[in-house]
Amino acid sequence: MYGGGYIFDEPNKKQLREEQQHDDPEKLAIFEARISKGEKIEPGDWMPAEYRRQLTRLIEQHAHSEIIGALPEGTWITRAPGFKRKLALIAKVQDEIGHGQLLYNAAETLGKSREAMINDLLSGKSKYSNVFNYPAKTWADVTVIGFLIDAAAIVNQVANAKGSYGPYCRALERICYEESFHLKQGHDALIALATGTPMQKDMLQDALNRWWQPIMHFFGPPDKVSQHSEKLMQWRVKMASNDEMRNQFLDTYVPKLWELGLTLPDPLLHKNTETGRWEYTDPDWDLFFKVINGGGPCNQERLQVRRWAEEEGRWVRKALMNPKERRALPVA
Amino acid sequence: MNAALQKAITTLITSMADDALILGHRNSEWTGLGPIMEEDIAFSSMAQDKIGHAWALYRILQEHLGGEDPDQFAFMRAAKDFTCCHLAELPIGGYDFSLMRHFLFDHAEAVRYESLQQCSFEPLQQLSKKVKGELKYHTLHADAWLLQLCRGGEESRQRMQAALDRCFPLAAGIFEPGPQDALLADAGIYPGEQALYDKWLNTIYPLLVNASLNLPDPAEVAPQYGGRYGNHTPHLQALLQEMGEVFRLDPTAGW
Repeated sequence: MYGGGYIFDEPNKKQLREEQQHDDPEKLAIFEARISKGEKIEPGDWMPAEYRRQLTRLIEQHAHSEIIGALPEGTWITRAPGFKRKLALIAKVQDEIGHGQLLYNAAETLGKSREAMINDLLSGKSKYSNVFNYPAKTWADVTVIGFLIDAAAIVNQVANAKGSYGPYCRALERICYEESFHLKQGHDALIALATGTPMQKDMLQDALNRWWQPIMHFFGPPDKVSQHSEKLMQWRVKMASNDEMRNQFLDTYVPKLWELGLTLPDPLLHKNTETGRWEYTDPDWDLFFKVINGGGPCNQERLQVRRWAEEEGRWVRKALMNPKERRALPVA
Repeated sequence: MNAALQKAITTLITSMADDALILGHRNSEWTGLGPIMEEDIAFSSMAQDKIGHAWALYRILQEHLGGEDPDQFAFMRAAKDFTCCHLAELPIGGYDFSLMRHFLFDHAEAVRYESLQQCSFEPLQQLSKKVKGELKYHTLHADAWLLQLCRGGEESRQRMQAALDRCFPLAAGIFEPGPQDALLADAGIYPGEQALYDKWLNTIYPLLVNASLNLPDPAEVAPQYGGRYGNHTPHLQALLQEMGEVFRLDPTAGW
């Protein structure tokens, strides 16, 4: 999946303008002209320091979101009902890890090593998509994640795939292709519940009610309070505003949910036929920031599991770094 | 086909399928948690293959031997009715254990499916051609990792040796003989467990030597039998409970 529409920043970030001052104005002009012509920037090309910094953070957070995003669904691999769902879920979670790998590789082209990125994830310094700090409580949660979170991620990633940095765009093209398959699997599994027994329908409605707010949070705070600079838009690092993406998501997927007889826990949710925009109750943005800052229901657990995996695999990685010694053969 | 032979083939296929399902299930538990991302992806692929093999084998039972629907058979059966070996049941442990189990089991599978290339029961012979092609990559993967870890320093070599010592009696239990072996051999289904066991030992011995590992003396090792007769470790019960947790909420529902 994933990569929410929100680029988290560390506290005490350097201001864009200060960074800008160090860039050669001639080179900057050429760089910006290339971007405005729709050219891709490649790893060896000159780029402003701030462009490199922002992109590194964006791609890194996206990569972390993939491997952390594998966890809530991963816990259901052993419980998926029936061969079809079991195989589809393993393959899906495996794809997410593959996306993580592609994205770490893309981010590495900007100069930060995979190990450094993983260390920053584990120390809490770098963030991942907020939505994975919520628990997947039942099988229906897996179908809601597979359908709606993957759908939301696609909206975001299709936009980003048109961005300016070549390695990221190429990774995203492949990722979007796989995500669209996840979306089909998620939709299929969700329909099975929506059209199933009363118990299955209740289970699905309950999951949808619980996930609605995190999904509304997914694209980040409303444009009126979002701190993204115009510069990032001009440099084609950020490709669409949070509200635009949220609106696009609601426009495509809310009708599909309503068609299935499902309800969404927001009485104000509707499409304004005059403006063509969706209107809704603002989700709790204080909660959003609280969860980003470690206060969500699963932040600790997610990082603990990731730390366990890193710790458990350390000896393997050590052995891979040291394949030099060919041992003497035993006598018998 | 007479009833006795039909029953014998059913017994063989059920145990092969149960092994593949249970070990595939175990190996899938590493998805998202592997020691490096590339390995995470590889191990997950092989887990999917195993579960796919199980599904295909259960379908043969259903289509040719009067068996149940594969989902019902796999997700609703009691532990005592499973005939997987103990090696497949054990929790994933560390990566050393999981990788050694993968090495020993996949070579056993490769030997078994090789022997089934000549199987006189056509559905099994047909399937074995496809499975053999996949297992080639599983054993390549296992062999490469075994060498890499055994040559990557003393800590990892020791870990792999300890894993081999622990896994070997369990792996020998894959080849638990049964009363149907002679009948199946006579009917040209497959050569029987003892023959496969000997062939397996001949395959793994040079690979282990090359990796500087000491194979425990097979004559001194008591294979861990019981699985083929429905006697299991407590781990299987827990695994099945988890595997069927959602399915059992309503076994008649479509999921």
